[in-house]
Amino acid sequence: MLNDKYKDRSIIIHIVLALFIILFIGRLAQLQLYEDYTGVAEDNAFYRKPIYAPRGLIYDRNGKLLVYNQPTYDLMVTMKELNDQKKAKTPIDTLELCGLLGITYEQFCDRMAYIKDRRKNYGYSPLTPQRFMTQLSPKDYAMLQEHLRKFPGFSVQSRTLRNYNYPCGAHVLGSIGEVGKRQIERDSYYRPGDYAGSDGLELTYEKVLRGENGEEILLRDSRGRIQGKYKDGAHDKMPIAGVDITTTLDVDLQMIAEELLQGKIGSIVAIEPATGEILAMASNPTWNPSLLVGRLRSEYYPILQNDSTKPFLNRATGGLYSPGSTFKTLQALVCLEHGGITRHTKFPCSGPNSKPIKCTHNHGSPVSLEEAIQESCNPYFWLAYKETLERDGYGERNATFKKNYTRWREDILSFGLGFKWEDSDVYGLKDGAIYRAETYNKIYGERGWKALTIRSNSIGQGEVLVTPIQLANAAAVIANEGYYITPHLNKTDSLLDNRHDANVSQKHYDVVQEGMWRVCEYGTAHYYKLPDLAVCGKTGTTDNSHGKPHSIFFGYAPRENPQIAIAVVIENAGFGSQFACPIAMLCIEQYLYREITQKALFNRMKTLVLNSGVKHY
Amino acid sequence: MSRNFNVIQAIDKWAVFFYIVLVVFGWINIYGASVSEDQASIFDINYRSGMQFMWMCISFGMGLVILFTDSRLITAVPYLLYGLIILLLIVTVFVAEDIKGSRSWLPLGPFKIQPAEFSKFITALALAKLMSHPQFKLNSVRSYAIVCSMILLPMFIIVAQSETGSALVFLSFVFMLYREGLPGLIPALGFCAIVLFVVVLRFSVVDLLGVEGASTGLFLGLLLAYLLMLIFVRVYQYDKKHLFVLSIVPLGVFALALPLFKWVVRFNLVYVMLAIVVFAVIYLIVLAYFKWRRTYLFIGLFMLGCLGYCFSTEYIFNDVLQSHQQKRIQLLLGMADDPTGIGYNTAQARIAIGSGGFWGKGFLQGTQTKLKYVPEQDTDFIFCTVGEEWGFVGSAGMLIVYLLFLYRLLLIAERQDTRFARVYGYGVVGIFAFHLFINVGMVLGLVPVIGIPLPFFSYGGSSFLSFTILLFLFLKLDTMRIERVRN
Repeated sequence: MLNDKYKDRSIIIHIVLALFIILFIGRLAQLQLYEDYTGVAEDNAFYRKPIYAPRGLIYDRNGKLLVYNQPTYDLMVTMKELNDQKKAKTPIDTLELCGLLGITYEQFCDRMAYIKDRRKNYGYSPLTPQRFMTQLSPKDYAMLQEHLRKFPGFSVQSRTLRNYNYPCGAHVLGSIGEVGKRQIERDSYYRPGDYAGSDGLELTYEKVLRGENGEEILLRDSRGRIQGKYKDGAHDKMPIAGVDITTTLDVDLQMIAEELLQGKIGSIVAIEPATGEILAMASNPTWNPSLLVGRLRSEYYPILQNDSTKPFLNRATGGLYSPGSTFKTLQALVCLEHGGITRHTKFPCSGPNSKPIKCTHNHGSPVSLEEAIQESCNPYFWLAYKETLERDGYGERNATFKKNYTRWREDILSFGLGFKWEDSDVYGLKDGAIYRAETYNKIYGERGWKALTIRSNSIGQGEVLVTPIQLANAAAVIANEGYYITPHLNKTDSLLDNRHDANVSQKHYDVVQEGMWRVCEYGTAHYYKLPDLAVCGKTGTTDNSHGKPHSIFFGYAPRENPQIAIAVVIENAGFGSQFACPIAMLCIEQYLYREITQKALFNRMKTLVLNSGVKHY
Repeated sequence: MSRNFNVIQAIDKWAVFFYIVLVVFGWINIYGASVSEDQASIFDINYRSGMQFMWMCISFGMGLVILFTDSRLITAVPYLLYGLIILLLIVTVFVAEDIKGSRSWLPLGPFKIQPAEFSKFITALALAKLMSHPQFKLNSVRSYAIVCSMILLPMFIIVAQSETGSALVFLSFVFMLYREGLPGLIPALGFCAIVLFVVVLRFSVVDLLGVEGASTGLFLGLLLAYLLMLIFVRVYQYDKKHLFVLSIVPLGVFALALPLFKWVVRFNLVYVMLAIVVFAVIYLIVLAYFKWRRTYLFIGLFMLGCLGYCFSTEYIFNDVLQSHQQKRIQLLLGMADDPTGIGYNTAQARIAIGSGGFWGKGFLQGTQTKLKYVPEQDTDFIFCTVGEEWGFVGSAGMLIVYLLFLYRLLLIAERQDTRFARVYGYGVVGIFAFHLFINVGMVLGLVPVIGIPLPFFSYGGSSFLSFTILLFLFLKLDTMRIERVRN
């Protein structure tokens, strides 16, 4: 062997080599076993092309199609591919593309800048197709498709948009819009650029209507070019179509209701008392729902939003009003139940000289309950209210009085007033207000208030606030003699179980119904009475700080076997009997007879403009 | 007897076995990394795996030619070859066309060859020839000068071809020189220099304890150098007293300086460290003078050198290195982010390997490499394909096979009875190991991006052929030993 004093160094070299390999294997273990790169790799290589599920259709209660889908096309752009074209010195003819799309070069550049701005376009990736122009019509698409191959990097994605058969029901039906960043964070189903219901039925039944989008997993290379399907589509998912919905709406009644509201600010809600099904729900000002679809949406949305008459407010569910005299019917029922009055109780009325609340109508004295409802006698209900709350005196620290007040409040609440119905599928409901005793304590002090302090409540003014849908529901309770099914819009049996009983026993209703019938037969509402139809109703005229009083009517028909309960509120119109009442009568006629015979009245109410600021969209 | 000697029987079977395992696995991965839809088979000559197969055949042929060449030729021609390859390298600088900034490709008929690849084994041969000379001893400045210039000459020419990666390969001869008697201090100092450079650079951007302008890098660098100095004092001139003084002084200084810094006035602690180092240098030189010990002087000078080195690190980084090299180092140290440039390569490489998991995605199932997310995936970044498609099992297994291969070569080198064969053998092991460590280290993100191939894996005819020649020359030398033993 060779002379060798350095032979041992071979061992050190062996060790050094082994150390390097151990270091590498350790690093491999860190990358491959400890850290997880699978997701990153898939995001890299997989383009999950969505296959949009067709959204469920919406029908009215008679099977008439209200909302359906129309095909539309989005023009997509893949930035990486576009840049590669530029780098390869074969950029696309931007001006030609602009010409085809009918946009200016500046608009093109703006849109490109927008797509690349991650603050605005949060889902941006240069490898994923981004929406360059949305909602091309089939015609534009056909024209564009012939030229598309000249523009590598641009592709077309098809999807559907909503379309409407009737220009009505915008508030009820709602609309769909692009999902926002927060919505994506809340629900992982959504991806940027997806559409989802943003209000109304479209929002409430979003999960039913949307179905489930499918996806096609495509492989894309580092330049963003699609290289085919991943494992021949073995992992692709087919979309599941959304479920159709049949609503409780009667589109003919809805149309009539909206027509009658033209030129006015107000709302109409009609409910089938036995089922709680909402037959019509109209709020004016409104708009043709087709205006918030597709590219028109971006045009009309700001206009509607900035309109001073607030078209986006659904007054039927979200408008808060004093119920005024309509409240007297409920007042009577609760007072009867509490024993503050009996069906035979009569109170004196001094007409305009009555204290502390004067009477606005001329009638004899003393008045019975039926007459008081018929004539809308304020003093009667004040005295009934006072008797109810104070019949046991005040008690120690007013405790007895407050207990009576609390019981009164709870019984009023049992008519579906003063709180938001949690079991309803109606979008945009509001609470309304019937004050708690505690609230009055805060305002007036523990012993600082009594019946006189809150006397306005007795005639539906003061702190009592209701929404029109609550009012219509209250009419349904009277029609049903003691219960309501929570008003709803989806015509399914499951919602019929939401029955709520009012805390007033059935025996008390007939006297109030008699009074309400008299209102329509002889009282404030008798001018527009339909021949051969017994309608029970009550008008209301509520003072407010914005001008003329609101004109209110609520009631139901026919008296026997009620088919429709209705509430109409016309803002700043005048007497309840002048505006709300005839509109309600026309709606009742439309629903019960499916035609309107009082053509002259109909035309007069339809063309009547009470608020010149209301625009017709 | 010599006439009947069967070279095929004498060749080392294990080395050939590992070689074939690596080559075939590499070839499969080239196919996996470059396969396209229209490719008929792995042999399709229009595609890279087919080309590689052709180069494999050529290389095997070349291997056989080497085995059957008259053995005396191998020991006779090294200087001649060395002279020729130097000439060829110089010619290449001027003749070669510019390919991606590199002037290393020489057109040769239908092929392009890289003389730099062949210069590796030729230099190894020439060094073997030189060091096997009976009078040659690795102990004088003159012999070191000759060895170094033989290594540095091709290195510089290759740098001139803008092939820094290939040039660095010549550093691998340190393995061989170490085995042949190079003091262990030299590679150790080289290692220290790298560590100091990295530490100073990495932390130069961090302000020390929030004092503006105080470089944490410099502070740590000087501290490390000081600790090294203490080790040297301990190892080479063990004297309890001086070791104590040199240890206690800095501790005392910091015991004073830190409270002052914390409660009285904030100042640049780098100056404190600097003062300590200067003190140590003076102390050691004075000691060297009075005790008449050269070692103290050397240690003092070492300390002084470290001082200068630490302070010039930034200069070296900014002015000696080219901007793309600076970027690669910054990227590795996590000091810069470059997701679209070279950082893209390393990030994608990491994703590809990481997504392989334990078992890998399976042959031809790798999405990252297949879809060309990893650039240079069939050449310098071929290890990504191994990692993605064969997973931890495949890639760690391949590294272990590689290690066994290198160990086998070391074993063969150690059993040689001529210095020529042993020197050459260590040169071979050094070259393979260096390529492996730099290439895999780069792909795994442990070493800056340096473009050198992974032997037997990366696609490329010149490198494959030169690696095969490199190996088979060594195996031939081994058979010659057996031949001699038999005779």
